[in-house]
Amino acid sequence: MRIKCPLCGERDRREFYYVGDAVLIERPDAEAGDQVWDDYLHNRDNPAGITRDLWQHEGGCGAWIVVSRNTVTHETLGVELAEARARKIGRGAS
Amino acid sequence: MRVADKGLVDRSKPVRFSFDGHSFEGLAGDTLASALLAHDVRFVARSFKYHRPRGIMGAGSEEASALVTVGSGGAQEPNIRATVQEIYDGLEARSQNCWPSLNYDVLSFNDLFAPFLGAGFYYKTFMWPKAFWERVYEPIIRRSAGIGALSGTHNADQYEKAFAFCDVLVIGAGPAGLMAALTAGRAGADVILCDEDSVLGGRLNGETLEVGEMAGADWAAGAVAELGAMKNVRLLPRTAVTGAYDQGTYGALERVSHHAAAREGRPLECFWRIVAKRAILAAGAIERPIAFTNNDRPGIMMAGAVRTYLNRYGVAPGQRITVFANNDDAHRTARDLVAAGVHVAAVIDSREAAPQGDGYEVISNAQVCGTEGRKGVEAVSYCRANGTVDKIQSDCLAMSGGWNPTVHLTCHMNGRPNWHGGIHSFVPVPGAIPGLEAVGACNGAFSTHRALVEGAEAALRALGEVGLQGQKPLVPQAEDARYRIAPLWTVEGKGRAWLDFQNDVTVKDVRGAAQENFRSVEHMKRYTTQGMAPDQGKSSNVAALAVLADATGRGIEETGTTTFRPPFVPVAIAALGAGAQGKGFAPERHTTSHAESLRRGAPMIEAGLWYRPSYFPALGERTWRQSCDREVNMVRNAVGVCDVSTLGKIDIQGSDAAAFLDFVYANTLSTLKPGKVRYGIMLREDGHVLDDGTTARLGEDHFVMTTTTAAAGQVMRHLEYVHQCLCPDLDVAMISVTEQWAQFAVAGPKARDLLNGVVQESIDAESYPFMGCGAVTVAGVEGRLFRISFSGEHAYEIAVPARYGESLFKLLVGKAEALGGGAYGMEALNVLRIEKGFITHAEIHGRVTAEDIGMGRMVSAKKDCIGKTMSERPGLSGPERAQLVGLQPVGVVKQMTAGAHVFPLGAAPVRANAQGYITSACFSPTLGSTLALAFLENGRARHGEEIVMVDHLRGVTTRCKVCDPVFFDPQGGRVRG
Repeated sequence: MRIKCPLCGERDRREFYYVGDAVLIERPDAEAGDQVWDDYLHNRDNPAGITRDLWQHEGGCGAWIVVSRNTVTHETLGVELAEARARKIGRGAS
Repeated sequence: MRVADKGLVDRSKPVRFSFDGHSFEGLAGDTLASALLAHDVRFVARSFKYHRPRGIMGAGSEEASALVTVGSGGAQEPNIRATVQEIYDGLEARSQNCWPSLNYDVLSFNDLFAPFLGAGFYYKTFMWPKAFWERVYEPIIRRSAGIGALSGTHNADQYEKAFAFCDVLVIGAGPAGLMAALTAGRAGADVILCDEDSVLGGRLNGETLEVGEMAGADWAAGAVAELGAMKNVRLLPRTAVTGAYDQGTYGALERVSHHAAAREGRPLECFWRIVAKRAILAAGAIERPIAFTNNDRPGIMMAGAVRTYLNRYGVAPGQRITVFANNDDAHRTARDLVAAGVHVAAVIDSREAAPQGDGYEVISNAQVCGTEGRKGVEAVSYCRANGTVDKIQSDCLAMSGGWNPTVHLTCHMNGRPNWHGGIHSFVPVPGAIPGLEAVGACNGAFSTHRALVEGAEAALRALGEVGLQGQKPLVPQAEDARYRIAPLWTVEGKGRAWLDFQNDVTVKDVRGAAQENFRSVEHMKRYTTQGMAPDQGKSSNVAALAVLADATGRGIEETGTTTFRPPFVPVAIAALGAGAQGKGFAPERHTTSHAESLRRGAPMIEAGLWYRPSYFPALGERTWRQSCDREVNMVRNAVGVCDVSTLGKIDIQGSDAAAFLDFVYANTLSTLKPGKVRYGIMLREDGHVLDDGTTARLGEDHFVMTTTTAAAGQVMRHLEYVHQCLCPDLDVAMISVTEQWAQFAVAGPKARDLLNGVVQESIDAESYPFMGCGAVTVAGVEGRLFRISFSGEHAYEIAVPARYGESLFKLLVGKAEALGGGAYGMEALNVLRIEKGFITHAEIHGRVTAEDIGMGRMVSAKKDCIGKTMSERPGLSGPERAQLVGLQPVGVVKQMTAGAHVFPLGAAPVRANAQGYITSACFSPTLGSTLALAFLENGRARHGEEIVMVDHLRGVTTRCKVCDPVFFDPQGGRVRG
């Protein structure tokens, strides 16, 4: 599998460290409640289709990235820097 | 038998090789198979299950019968296809799966028991007694049924792996592949052309067909020469593309020096990962056998292979050759043989409308129904439509049931091929592999003309897709014969008719599977093992499907295929894992004191990839405990030096660095003053402890964090995650400096005396109080000094740039020895920290909370941090949890062991009664007792209570007393002294 790092270009997936669902970027407020925190931390869908995953280009520039891909066809549909995504949802300064 | 004036072999270059100890002479350009056939050696192998005599069936990588072993000792390679192995001077090949010899094989009696040994026999027969399966039946079956074996000794052969990128990958260098490569190459595209054969050209080298008014082989050689002269084209002969993977990635196995007597530093094989923007599959087709009684005798070959041996190698595989076919293509075999002066006994064609013979007899509407000859075919029986049976004396039978497009690669990403009624075989589904297009015979286009046209057209499309302008090439003149075939899969008759020659699967086995209701093709495959041999059923799959379809009353299309999986040809694990042996698998990380530690006789212990000294044996010490006890006493009473460079060091800078650290650490770091160090713990977001360590504030916006050796990489990744994903706008940047700084602990009552003899500045209680830090100069080198302690003693850690590490270590140890101290290793370090109740990853193993280790109050109430919310969940704190305690033995038995479980006094030592477990244990020379750190339910409230530790593995039961985990100097007077 190949992933296009927004900073380095297309690279072999062996250069990347995989974490899981990109929902990890959307860290809830401390007071958000048990259900929200449970969902954030533990509850994951396992779709046959499009997922958004968090990867780190650990063997490269170190950037954390959000990779959209199709689990059925293994296509990678889009890649964006995690920090850009975090800013978009207003989490720039935590 | 060699035929005069035929073939592409070099008759001026004889090559000597041996087979089964007999010496032979072949020619440069021969494979082992062609060279043996040139000497009329037909019988070369014993079959998998019945030990039947087998010969050479094919001329390519699909070979199902002629498997041999090449080489000896560690380099011995089993299951080499004689049709792929090129000969070289000194090549040693042997037959396999026979004993004592190929000719007199004891286990060939299996063949007599064949009526009992059909598919499923083993499962049904060796059911009872159950325990016998693993110990008795399976080993016997494995010994008697099988193929070649590895030597069992280390193989010193070198393998390599390589990566390549290109615009257009062309797989297969027959007419379609060459035309595609020429078209793409001429347009300037970056082209890789792979072919598993040693000579490019595909079937053009095995046929007498003309291309562009010259011999096909000559046209191919011209095309290869043109491609070879292009800088933008890479030719990879002897390279089989083994798999198609995501995003245009292909695996390929190159046989780099299998064909050479002298390796000259080259690897044996190289495994390629090729990433191509576009790929053109021109893999050709594989001829399929027909199942008739005793169709597996040596001398029974594929009709196309017979042509290849004649036209490419100048070898006639027999003197009286009979052809058996259901299609026009096989008549070429007869024509070529007759033209070369080889006698063709007859062509037996199953079709009524068979073409006329041209210098040979054609017997139409007839089928071969049996053969004679124990170690090689001697006669062929055939049956006419009216039922009469005749016999032809013949030493070679060339059969053809038609051709199967080599669709394998197009199915590697879940695709299933389509049934094509015109050619009675499967063809690829377009788009099954994104970016790959199949052309030529593997696309069901069997004429040379169509192959050339499809190759050129696909290349033009590929060029357009990679943004290049291609020129439509002039496609040379070539034959465009219609492929005429009438399906014939089996010939009914008594006796066994082979489908899968490599796994000894017969028509009866497949029908038996259907009868036993293994009707799904996947079930049939597993029940009969059809297609599960190293050849993966390349030549047998479609015929087996046809037999199953017939037995279950379905069409072939409905029956479907089994799953095609990589690799297309067998790949040695050594090639896939090239470079990952020994240090390639686990690289060694050495500290700057490594050489000096070894010089001092220290045995090394692995800590992740790091190597650290266990202890430094002194003269007269015979056990590690003697050295360890001495080193502990040395630190407690004088001074010790220990390399702690393996701890992770992360340099963190920025105006928001303090705020960032407050967020990642459970405790507060922003209140730390420059010139001070603070201990911190880090949680995972789920509330459990991730790591601990000290962080020094070197300046207002500059921190250096230390992590444990084990978690250094994990923490670095975590910090980047927190910064980039959770708070990217904080002004902070971090980088690992673990390898940039060599750092040494200097610990013991005389630590300050030692340092004052080493650093330029004067160290005293005021300039360096406990947890102070600052810049120092060592022999003119700028370094850092931290007053921190992992031993509970008055201690420092001194750091210098790594290039000065070795000299500083020598200097420190020398000074320490002058003060009655010296170097200490991991064993002593561990004892020192257990005596003080300091934790390592033996304690913070991922399932404990800050509360469990008595640090619950470190989780600051005044700020948010990673893990805080979830650490407050019910069940993550409180008396029901196992909490860190110390244990000391109170009974006769003094031994305590890490991993032992602890039980209340009097309770049976069973899982239900366990209340915790020991994480670390040691003998403390300081206290003269064994000590252990343990997690015990509600442990902090149970100091003074007696419990029992039981180690079921080592058989140790010890009564012990619960106490505070800090065994030594609980007030901490020494560390401040």
